[in-house]
Amino acid sequence: MLSKKQARAFFLGGTLVTFLIFIGLTVYSLSAATDQTNRENLTAEVVRGKEIWESNNCMGCHTLLGEGGYYAPELTKVVDRLNQRYDGNGEQVIKSILMSKGPWQPNGRKMVAYGMTEAEATDVVAFFNWIGQIDLNGFGEVVGVDRKISPLSKDKINN
Amino acid sequence: MKYKSQKVAYWFFALSMLLLVLQMTYGFIMGFARFGFDNLHEFIPFNTARAVHTNLLVVWLLSGFMGAAYYIIPEEAQRELVNVKLAYVQLISLAIVGVVAVVGFHFNIWEGRKFLEIPRPLDYLVVVNVLLFLGLILTTLFKSKRRTTTSLVLSMGLLFAALLYLPGMLPFDSQVTDSFFRWWVVHLWVEGVWELIMGGILSFLLIKLTGVDREVIEKWLYVIVGLTFLSGVLGTGHHYYYIGVNKIWLVVGGIFSALEPLAFLAMALFAVNMYRKGEKKHPNKLALYWTLGSAILSFVGAGLLGFAHTLPQTNLYTHGTLVTAMHAHLAFWGAYAMIVLAIISYALPNLTGRKLYESSRGRAAFWLSNIGMIGMTVAFGVAGVAQVYLERKFKMDFMVVQKEISIHFVVLILCATMFTTGIVLYIIDFYKHGRPTDEALEINN
Repeated sequence: MLSKKQARAFFLGGTLVTFLIFIGLTVYSLSAATDQTNRENLTAEVVRGKEIWESNNCMGCHTLLGEGGYYAPELTKVVDRLNQRYDGNGEQVIKSILMSKGPWQPNGRKMVAYGMTEAEATDVVAFFNWIGQIDLNGFGEVVGVDRKISPLSKDKINN
Repeated sequence: MKYKSQKVAYWFFALSMLLLVLQMTYGFIMGFARFGFDNLHEFIPFNTARAVHTNLLVVWLLSGFMGAAYYIIPEEAQRELVNVKLAYVQLISLAIVGVVAVVGFHFNIWEGRKFLEIPRPLDYLVVVNVLLFLGLILTTLFKSKRRTTTSLVLSMGLLFAALLYLPGMLPFDSQVTDSFFRWWVVHLWVEGVWELIMGGILSFLLIKLTGVDREVIEKWLYVIVGLTFLSGVLGTGHHYYYIGVNKIWLVVGGIFSALEPLAFLAMALFAVNMYRKGEKKHPNKLALYWTLGSAILSFVGAGLLGFAHTLPQTNLYTHGTLVTAMHAHLAFWGAYAMIVLAIISYALPNLTGRKLYESSRGRAAFWLSNIGMIGMTVAFGVAGVAQVYLERKFKMDFMVVQKEISIHFVVLILCATMFTTGIVLYIIDFYKHGRPTDEALEINN
């Protein structure tokens, strides 16, 4: 029967081993060799866009990379989606929403009127463009223009 | 109550109750906004309500954990806290940080990083506050000759929770790296060190309520927290599937996330078995309800419902939908909210000397809040699954889908009303116990 000492060794040993593996995998997946984010394209504009994104807590309503408030649309690939809907004018549409001094309420759900300057709105669009180019292991296709459908229903269509 | 200094726990519990009420209020604001009643939008837009709702959850749970530690540690260490006045200073500063952060959220002052919205200057205050708390707890333990596994596991959980707050303060230019380390805080708290805290509190309550030998309970405590870390640390990978990092996390996260329910299952089996083994019939049945309820519902909410959408194949479609909200509500309720309510239910009669644990109000509070929360979880789940199919499979527009599923938020509000009724009854019970008193020192349970 397991003794208390053995149980403690299991806890401490297991924790140490898994944590070391976790650190190793962290280093591996954040190294330049495995980069999926095109980090060379991380311009000053993109970084400013991220700061605007954070300082207004956009994530409190929207999702980005699938993370956020689930109250407003996913913004990964938003430029592509709006380009398709508005004949290639996706960036302009986003800017006009961000620069609007009046509230924006698609389908009645309200968004705060941020009244951003042209420069600020341009930075946010640059941020969205950078996000849109990241390799998301398949999630980009799920929320992008050519949305993937369930593998099961795909089979049905093919048959 | 055995030591005078344990009384400080009462005020941490009272702060918890106050913040819980505020948290629920903002939850209602969000619930109503989801089906069109967002009349408060000018003053409290959704992102403000959400930041308040989630951050208050963290603060009230932390306040509850701290209260639990101030109650448990003197009893385990068999001595008074080293400095009670500083414990009150720590309480007041915690309340101030919480209130300032919440007020700031209404004026666009935040960091805008999910769950870690508290602005940077306040982060430093949080660090000072937690250091003060840890200093008091660890010095009390250090000065005692008696160091039990329960107190060590609880303190280790609190210490690592403080350390893991730090990666969340690192600045990154890349959204991906930022998100990566944000999960070091959020996931490793919730599915790691907070489970140590939960395990420590659970173990203390089981020793007191069932009378099973401490050695037996503490041995299994090690096994459970061992399983938690074995699966939970690498299970962090399920947050990394689709945020722009290497595919290796699909394999590692997938395998270890699938093991995570085992730790919760072990905890549920452990609690129920100890209860069955126990020969002591403690009169505080309410505390026992909350304790066993916590162990069982944490398995359902955190374990099963977590597993339901952490397989990479499923998560590809459920990632970023209301399915996450379904899992999150029952997981936080079962694992953490209920264990805090359990320790409060156990400690209050001992702190105040008023044994109100036979009241029907207390039982109604337990059942109404639990049935209400399960109903809320189902409402989120139905809305989430419908969202996945309509938006992700049938390619419908996000807002069109939101209109389609808005009826589920009416159900959510109804269930939330039942939940709130339960919590209000619990708080009435809390209030009826009165203040802690030295006269209760003679009551040893």
